[in-house]
Amino acid sequence: MSGTGAGRRVLLQGNEAIVEGALAAGCRLFAGYPITPASEISELMSLRLPAVAGTFIQMEDEIASIGAVIGASLAGVKSLTATSGPGFSLMQENLGFACMAEVPCVIVNVMRGGASTGLPTSPAQGDVMQARWGTHGDHPIIVLAVSSVADSFEITVHAFNLAEKYRVPVIILSDEVVAHTRETFVLPGPDQVEVVDRMRPSVPPQWYKPYADNSRGVPAMAAMGDGYRHHVTGLIHDESGFPTQRGDEINALVRRQFRKITNGFFEIQMTRSFMMEGAQVAVIAYGSVARSAKRAVRMAREQGIDAGLLQLVTLFPFPRKDVDQVLRQCKAVIVPEMNMGQISREVKRVNRRCRIITYNRVDGQLITPEEIFEELGG
Amino acid sequence: MERIEQLRHTYLRHDKKFPHVWCPGCGNGIVLGSLIRAIDRLGLTQDEIVLASGIGCAGRMSVYADFNTLHATHGRALTFATGIKLARPELTLIAVMGDGDATGIGGNHFIHAARRNLNMTAIIINNQIYGMTGGQYSPTTPYGAHAATAVFGNLEHAFSIAELAVTAGASFVARGTVYHVPELDRLLEKGIAKNGFSVIEILSNCHTQFGRRNQMGDPVTMMRWLKEHAVPAVKAGDLAPESIEGKFTIGVLVDREKPDYLKEYERVRAEARQKAAEAKP
Repeated sequence: MSGTGAGRRVLLQGNEAIVEGALAAGCRLFAGYPITPASEISELMSLRLPAVAGTFIQMEDEIASIGAVIGASLAGVKSLTATSGPGFSLMQENLGFACMAEVPCVIVNVMRGGASTGLPTSPAQGDVMQARWGTHGDHPIIVLAVSSVADSFEITVHAFNLAEKYRVPVIILSDEVVAHTRETFVLPGPDQVEVVDRMRPSVPPQWYKPYADNSRGVPAMAAMGDGYRHHVTGLIHDESGFPTQRGDEINALVRRQFRKITNGFFEIQMTRSFMMEGAQVAVIAYGSVARSAKRAVRMAREQGIDAGLLQLVTLFPFPRKDVDQVLRQCKAVIVPEMNMGQISREVKRVNRRCRIITYNRVDGQLITPEEIFEELGG
Repeated sequence: MERIEQLRHTYLRHDKKFPHVWCPGCGNGIVLGSLIRAIDRLGLTQDEIVLASGIGCAGRMSVYADFNTLHATHGRALTFATGIKLARPELTLIAVMGDGDATGIGGNHFIHAARRNLNMTAIIINNQIYGMTGGQYSPTTPYGAHAATAVFGNLEHAFSIAELAVTAGASFVARGTVYHVPELDRLLEKGIAKNGFSVIEILSNCHTQFGRRNQMGDPVTMMRWLKEHAVPAVKAGDLAPESIEGKFTIGVLVDREKPDYLKEYERVRAEARQKAAEAKP
C-alpha cells in the first residue's frame, strides 16, 4: 500500500478488499472456519481485528461461526463471517435464526462450482437461489453481488449499512475471479465512508418492546447488557419477543418482516447501467460476468451494434423496477451466468416483453467477453 | 417461605409466560430454582446475566427467567453464547441445554467450547431422552432402555456427559441431580463463579417419556432412584468397584486452572497494536 491523505491507491485482491470494507463499516468481530476460496478473509481478519480492539475467532465449523456472529451482533458488535458453498449450506439453519430474530450481520459466500464439494477453486455462480431461499420458511433477506476489487470494498460497506438499517442478514456473493484477482483502487479514508448504525431504543427499559412495529417496520434494537432485558428467540414471537401461537400476532410479525424490505426497496435496489442509452439489445449480468459483459458491450458498440449492460448489484430483493425498464426498452436481453440459469428465471418473471436469452457456463471457466459479444450478434 | 417468594418475584417473568410447558413433577423447575438461588447468592445483577438455551424442554427455561435471554437453535446455544461473550466480556454467560441438545446435535460445539475455555457455564439437564419430541432415544439413553424409537431396546451406548467434559478440557466439571438440591445450588454457584468453562451435568427425571417406557414409576420414585444410585465423587475412590457398579458419581469432578481465552486474547490485541504501529511510516 502506498500514498497518503484521505484516499490512497492500493493493490488488493477481492477477499482482502472485503476485509477493508468490513473494517471501514465498523465490523469488530469475525468468526469463521477455513474454506477455499474464502480463507484469505479469515486470515486477514485474524491479523487486523485485534489491532482495532476487535475479535477474531476460528470456530469448530460454519454452524458455530454464524452462531458466534449472531451472538456478537445481539451484544451490539457488528460482525462478519465468510465461507464458500459447503460452509454456506451449513449456515442456513442459523441464517434463518438471524432472519427470524432480525439480527443484523453479513455473510460472505465466495461461490465455488457445483453441488457438494464441487469445484473448490473454480469460478461459479451456483448459489444465487440458495442465498435467497436456502434457509427454510418465508423470510426477508438481502443478497448483493460483487464484480471487482473496488466493489468488494464498497459493497461490503453497503452490506453492513443495509444490515444495520433493516435488521436483516445480508449475503455478499463473490466468486473465485473477484476473490483472487489483484487490482488497484482508491481506498477511501475513514471520513469518506458513510457508516450506518442500527437504531437503539430511546425509551426507558420498562417501555421497550424489542419487536414493536413503527413506520419503517424496523424495531429499535437494544444490545444485551445495556439494561434492556428482553427475550430473543427463533420461534415466532409477539412484539415483546415471546413465543406466540396467536394468528394475529403471527401474521403481524411475518408481514412486518416483509414490509420492511418492501418499504426500502428503492434504496436496496442497486444496479449500474452501462451504455444503455439507445440500446436495442442488453446484457443483464452480475458478479465477475458483468465485467466480461462490459467489455463485450464495448466491442459490440464498436461494431455498430446498439448494445448496453445492466449490472445487478442487488440480487434480492430482485431489482425488478430497473430490469423492467430494460425489458421494455430492448428487443432482446442476454443473461449470461456461471450456473444453469438462476437469475435469468427471475428476469423472465418480471415480464416477457422482449426475447430473453440465457447463456450458461458450468465448466469451471469464466465467461469471456468474446462469448457474450457473439451472443450480442458480433 | 417469605424468602422463596421474594426470589421468585425478582427473577421470574410474570406476564404471559406462565403456565410453563413442563409436565407436573418435571425436574426442570427444580434446576431453575437452583439456578436462581445460585445467582442470587453470587450477587449478580439480572442485567449482567445472559441465559442462553437450545431447543427442547430444557431450552424453554430462557423464556421464564428475567435475564437477557436467548432461545437459540437446537444444539447451538454455546455458539451464540461464545459470540456474546467475545463481544461483551463483562457479561456472565450461562447456557442451559438438554442431553440431546448438548451432546447429540450440539456435541461438536460442546467439546470445542470445553477445549477453548471461554469463561462461561454450561448446564446440561440429562433426562436420558428426547422429551419434547415424544421420547426418542438420546445420546445418554442407557443401553437396552426403551424409547419411542427403541421399542426393542436401545442398541447404542450412553455418553457420560461430565466425563466427556473432563476429557474435552473444561476447567470445572460437576455432576448433580434434581434430588440433591442443596448440593446442586452449591455446584451451580461454584460453576458460575469459576473463571473458565464450567460444565454442570444435572441428572433429572423425565417420567413422562423415559420413566413410563422403562417402568421407573412416578417422579418421586424416579427421584428415589437418583438418590439411591448417586455416589459422592470424593468417596468413590475409596469404595470397592463392584459396590458402585451401575451407579454414578456426584459432586465436583474437576476444578483446574487453565488460561482464560479472553485474557489470552488481550495479549494478542496488544501485540497486534504494536505491530500495526510499527508498520506505519
